[in-house]
Amino acid sequence: MSNISRDDVANLAKLARIDMSDSELDHLSNELSVILDAVARVQEVAGAEVPPTSHPLPLKNVFRADEVRSSLTPEEALSGAPAQEEQRFKVPQILGEE
Amino acid sequence: MIKKTATEMASSLKAGEISSVELTQAHLDQIAKVDSEVHAFLYVDSEGAINQARAIDEKRKSGADLPPLAGVPLALKDVMTQKGIPTTCGSKMLEGWRPPYDSTVVTRLKENGVVILGKTNMDEFAMGSSTENSAYGPTHNPWDLTRIPGGSGGGSSAALAAFEAPLAIGTDTGGSIRQPAAVTGTVGVKPTYGGVSRYGLVAFSSSLDQAGPCARTVLDAAHLHEAIGGYDKLDSTSINAPIPPVVAAAKDGNVKGMKIGVIKELQGDGYQPGVLKLFNESLELLAQQGAEIVEVSCKYFDYALAAYYLIAPSECSSNLARFDAMRYGMRIGSGSAEDVMNLTRQAGFGREVKRRIILGTYALSSGYYDAYYGSAQKVRTLISRDFENAFKFADVLVSPTAPTTAFKIGEKANDPIAMYLNDIATIPTNLAGIGGMSLPSGLAEEDGLPAGFQIMAPAMQDDRMYKVGSALEAALLTKWGQPILASAPQLGAK
Repeated sequence: MSNISRDDVANLAKLARIDMSDSELDHLSNELSVILDAVARVQEVAGAEVPPTSHPLPLKNVFRADEVRSSLTPEEALSGAPAQEEQRFKVPQILGEE
Repeated sequence: MIKKTATEMASSLKAGEISSVELTQAHLDQIAKVDSEVHAFLYVDSEGAINQARAIDEKRKSGADLPPLAGVPLALKDVMTQKGIPTTCGSKMLEGWRPPYDSTVVTRLKENGVVILGKTNMDEFAMGSSTENSAYGPTHNPWDLTRIPGGSGGGSSAALAAFEAPLAIGTDTGGSIRQPAAVTGTVGVKPTYGGVSRYGLVAFSSSLDQAGPCARTVLDAAHLHEAIGGYDKLDSTSINAPIPPVVAAAKDGNVKGMKIGVIKELQGDGYQPGVLKLFNESLELLAQQGAEIVEVSCKYFDYALAAYYLIAPSECSSNLARFDAMRYGMRIGSGSAEDVMNLTRQAGFGREVKRRIILGTYALSSGYYDAYYGSAQKVRTLISRDFENAFKFADVLVSPTAPTTAFKIGEKANDPIAMYLNDIATIPTNLAGIGGMSLPSGLAEEDGLPAGFQIMAPAMQDDRMYKVGSALEAALLTKWGQPILASAPQLGAK
């Protein structure tokens, strides 16, 4: 049985930037252990000789010509912004005081 | 008029028997009549739809040569951006957001004169199989309002089954077009990956997501497929090749001499007996029309579900990082940017989305990456090889679309694994990037609810699915004497 502890989930939630209540953490650690047990089966057949597939199409990087074309206006680009100032996205403080 | 097929509506519009404004209004009236019971729509753009319809009518009056679907209404899954129209993805995170641009699918719908009625309900960010994960409440299956309409595109499928729209757009990451089609008695097609542009489709799992047509008949789906499909330079994973001739294939419907491969692993345990019975009767009908039925084995399909529930959450944990409360969408709290992100994502995401983000974050974290995500990618290779091998023996592959008919709302809400099993037959095609179609196979004897027949074809051979689907649809219509939805209960009596 895969065992994901409550602390593990709390750390994952921190990495994923999602605050979680105590009951959410309890609930998720139980559920994730069950789900991981079910999905861990992939290891049974994933031998070293099998190449991985990340994408269904055999694509390399796709480039387009670097040409000027019309795009969103600043007003359009900012139309969904929670806050804006001087034609820019206004965001909370990102760096600490130091 | 609203019970006709989209193709018939298009003919009536062309012949001048009805105007697009009248046709659009008839559908808006039906939405007003039944959607309080069904809840297929999150947003109805009555004014915009009538304006689009009026513009088409004027063009037609002026003698312009219009595309086949011009003037026919459509319901759009709320995961596709439409400029100025609310796009929520069924999430509180995007409540009130009006995108500043059209998705390519919407651009093409507009170019084709298709009238967009509004946005349909879905599981939040397309994660789910029942539409119960919508932050705006579940959609109800028109066949039985106490049951789920499938998911994630339950709004689109329910809108079709309730005659609120003759056409709809869906997106399919693990079955979100096909399973809703199966449980509502409608038709849904996941084209080959890269066959329809993903530009403006809010990303869930980018290597699996594929938009496609939803309709009530195979030919209607084909017309919509040709309208929205094809190369798009705005999507770097779009295939630069002509759209497979799906309309011609749907009109042809000749399966004589075609080899139809029944996948051994996609039947038996876990499948409802009535669903299997209908599947076998459908095979019999195809055999009577001259198709050769063969059995094929895809032994790694048993691992597909496990691989999917690692790959999709992994990609989603990365894709949904964009909802950071900075540039658009919800913002909650004050303090540092990190505090705001934490609080916003706690409040903005529902339970299933959080579950998948955390699972994906785990699967991608150092120390576990090889064992989980890496192994899942290898299974993906094995699944593709299974398909390649099977297609050596058959032109198309078939299975039931979903293992059961529609279950009750709430029945599986607290059991993620049971919920995930709904997609067991649809997921392999997403992992391999090939096409899949679901069409109704009949009503299961246990519960009188619709079941789906799934057809899969090699990449960019989507026309084969339409040919076989059309043949089966015609044979079933002859057998039943009427379309399956003629048996659905009347809505709107309240």
